[in-house]
Amino acid sequence: MIATHLPVLQVAVPLIAAPVCVLLRRGDYAWVFTTVVCWGLLAIAALLLDQVMSGGTISYRLGGWAPPIGIEYRLDGVNAFVLLIIAGTAALMMPYARQSVEQEVRPERRHLFYAIFLLALTGLLGITATGDAFNIYVFLEISSLASYVLIAQGRRRRALTASYQYLIVGTIGASLILIGIGFLYAKTGTLNIADLAVRVPALGETPAVLAAFAFITVGVLIKLALFPFHVWLPNAYAYAPSMVSAFLAATATKVGAYMLLRFVFTVFGVHFAFETLPLTEILLALSLIAVLAGSLVAVFQSDLKRLLAFSSVGQIGYLGVGIGLASVTGVTGALVHVFNHALMKGGLFLAAGTIAYRLGATDLSALHGLGRRMPFTMAAVVIGGLGLVGVPITSGFVSKWYLVQAAFEEGLWPVALFVLAGSLIALAYVGRVVEAAYFRPAPPDAEPVGEAPWAMQLSTWALIGGSVYFGLHTDLTVVIAERAATVLLAGAP
Amino acid sequence: MSHAAQILAALAVPVAGAFLIWATARRPVLQEAVSVVTAVALFGLVLSLAPAVAAGEAPRVALFDIVRGLPIAFALEPLGMLFALIASFLWIATTVYSIGYVRANDEGHRTRYYVCFAAALASAIGVAFAGNMFTLFLFYEALTLSTYPLVTHSGTEEARRAGRTYLGILLSTSIVLQLFAILWTWVEAGTLDFRMGGILAGAVSERTAAVLLVLYMFGIGKAALMPLHAWLPAAMVAPTPVSALLHAVAVVKAGVFTVLKVIVYIFGVDFLRGMAGSEWLIAVAAATIVIASLIALRQDDLKRRLAYSTVSQLSYVVLGGALATSAGVVGGAMHIATHAFGKITLFFCAGAIYTAAHKRLVSELDGIGYRMPVTMGAFAVGALGLIGLPPFAALWSKWYLVTGADDGSHIAVIAVLLGSSLLNALYFVPILVRAFFPATPMPVAVGRAEAPLPILAATLVAALGTAALFFYPQALLTLVQPLAGTP
Repeated sequence: MIATHLPVLQVAVPLIAAPVCVLLRRGDYAWVFTTVVCWGLLAIAALLLDQVMSGGTISYRLGGWAPPIGIEYRLDGVNAFVLLIIAGTAALMMPYARQSVEQEVRPERRHLFYAIFLLALTGLLGITATGDAFNIYVFLEISSLASYVLIAQGRRRRALTASYQYLIVGTIGASLILIGIGFLYAKTGTLNIADLAVRVPALGETPAVLAAFAFITVGVLIKLALFPFHVWLPNAYAYAPSMVSAFLAATATKVGAYMLLRFVFTVFGVHFAFETLPLTEILLALSLIAVLAGSLVAVFQSDLKRLLAFSSVGQIGYLGVGIGLASVTGVTGALVHVFNHALMKGGLFLAAGTIAYRLGATDLSALHGLGRRMPFTMAAVVIGGLGLVGVPITSGFVSKWYLVQAAFEEGLWPVALFVLAGSLIALAYVGRVVEAAYFRPAPPDAEPVGEAPWAMQLSTWALIGGSVYFGLHTDLTVVIAERAATVLLAGAP
Repeated sequence: MSHAAQILAALAVPVAGAFLIWATARRPVLQEAVSVVTAVALFGLVLSLAPAVAAGEAPRVALFDIVRGLPIAFALEPLGMLFALIASFLWIATTVYSIGYVRANDEGHRTRYYVCFAAALASAIGVAFAGNMFTLFLFYEALTLSTYPLVTHSGTEEARRAGRTYLGILLSTSIVLQLFAILWTWVEAGTLDFRMGGILAGAVSERTAAVLLVLYMFGIGKAALMPLHAWLPAAMVAPTPVSALLHAVAVVKAGVFTVLKVIVYIFGVDFLRGMAGSEWLIAVAAATIVIASLIALRQDDLKRRLAYSTVSQLSYVVLGGALATSAGVVGGAMHIATHAFGKITLFFCAGAIYTAAHKRLVSELDGIGYRMPVTMGAFAVGALGLIGLPPFAALWSKWYLVTGADDGSHIAVIAVLLGSSLLNALYFVPILVRAFFPATPMPVAVGRAEAPLPILAATLVAALGTAALFFYPQALLTLVQPLAGTP
């Protein structure tokens, strides 16, 4: 009975839980409650993915209204996979949250912090689960507004400007998406994505469709933070509270990638986007610049969190490469990288937060000799960093393997070369961190610091450990991603 | 124990050893004991697999797939067996040596040092036993990463800079060129298994094969083909046992071993010989042999001189493969063994001199033979061995290489090989002359001051190995003969 309502529960539970958090009035109660909710959401996401993998696409009618009049939640291999990533990272980060939030957020605001966090989660899950284009916009606004608030909670005042910058850029992006959806609605009279997928290609290359495509694509690229739309990302990630940086880095841009896949492949269709329009060329060019430039800028950062943020700009480029190649192997690579990067970067930002928790700073100069003082945290940074480089047996290697293979299959060997060259730049910035922590002695007046609390370690290692586990056992991720990619390339769901 | 279990155990032993070494961090003596026991156990396991390989068996074990259709797999074959035997045997000697060296020079970070050593050996065994190019690549990268902390061990600015060069060259060549070539091979040939006769013949056009050869040969940066050799002299900043085992044996031999694997099992000797656009490899290898020797002549730092000598000698092995004749490949494979024993002896001596006399420069070695006669005797053995004089091992490998060049009618190569022996003599013999016949007469009563016993013992074992391989080359030859292609 309840199993049939799982799709709506996935989104409704955190939405209802958010005001409950406000009512709880105490940070520690709110934390316990949020933890329970997040693990419940993970269970729901896992059940949904299982249903989709065994029984195919799920269509859920909200309130029993039949689509296209009513809102439909439609789950196929693609978004069920992304739901699992979002719910999974949120759940795994909850053990970490308590101490981290206690240090960074004022006591009277802590329960509100968890409430907003649940709203951000609602938005991200909603975007992913819904089968309605306008609904995507609504949830996008929910997640964005919540993210602005979360980022502004950072301990430094620059968090406010970072949040404001994100607000401006994010609003522009969301507006563009809304305008694009408006065009589609005007031309087709429907907002249901499955319905749009049938009607939009039938319209042909009319100016309205072209305009809709342009608005939506650019809007989504802003949310995805693909070069040159990435300017909001580094500051937002660097100055947000540790928990927020990690959560957004692991999920927000991933949902952006999902929106891009959904609009381009399902609504507009592969033929329109990649054959009529030169989206392959555009995406590949932007993505490769992102990979090289983002990574290169990361090399010259003096702060660990900013370094990781710019690394994200580069890693998002890899997603763009896979999507731009528009082949089953390429999209598989992109989806696997969505999953793997969520683990690696989530884990790395958690580790950076742990360092901030102990040292109060994440400057690379503050990291000198930290390999001995915080051995477990630094080991997590090293393993996560090796994943960013794409060293074998980390999951980063697996995604890059598929991306390079896809480039070869399309005969685009220069793309393969660029993807591999990006790894080298990643090596340079990871190397700087390793050198600072292991091969520079701690200053003699350094305060003695101990390892971070075990709960924070637990979350960090759950994600970092996952990134190694899924580097070795790729059956789960690759099989799911491949099926999702096949669904996407086949066109209409 | 089945062969498959033995293979996995050989990989697991050094890993388990690394954990035990980490766990015994607070008890140094126990930690050293664990290191030695691990090394002995590894050699025992590897040795127990040797008879099967010598009898022509090819035990295999496949674990799980990392990429669909590409399992982590291990398969024993003569070349890998040879490499594993050398690396694991010399690890025992090096561990004993390390104990003396680390104590006498009061090195810090001992746990990291021994753990990384064990991890490097595990990686080297993985390279040796790899059943496909994919698995080999995994362990090849692991070997680079596990040896990096050993290069930067001292943590000085110089060491950090050397570490950057080391990682920079080894990882960038392996990721940008080698991995690129591997993926290309995978897409074109549909397999990465090592097969006698190669997997590329018939699968790719000759032009693609020629490009792939460039990518592989320069992508295997550990083979130190010029101009990608700079990481090896840079790595000399590491403690001497590291230079001895890793940068004269495990790491560099993993490089030339991979070169031979690629030539024999990916390209196939026949395919390579018939291929247009492979002659350059002979030329580059020959040029590396000569140029590196010339640079070695000018080095005053003993370890750097040895390093350039290694660069030169590694290209013997590459050359053997590049000749693509039966005798060439056999000679290359044998040279992996003979150079390993000769060069580790020399490095052991260099470390002994540094420990006992705190001298690093060749120009400081006047009369050192009187203070350290045993060490310098061993040095003479290693040096004469590498020059290729009897009764030492390298004679045999050079013999086969010359035969291989002759079979391929490469007269110039023969000239290079003979000329190089002369150059070897030019940069080794003056050291011996200085040591035993100093320009200024030594005071009559020079006290003997040899390095501590563990160092001395390990050095002697390595030197004896050089001689033993000359008198008993048959075992070596039997092992590598199947590479010649006669089934």
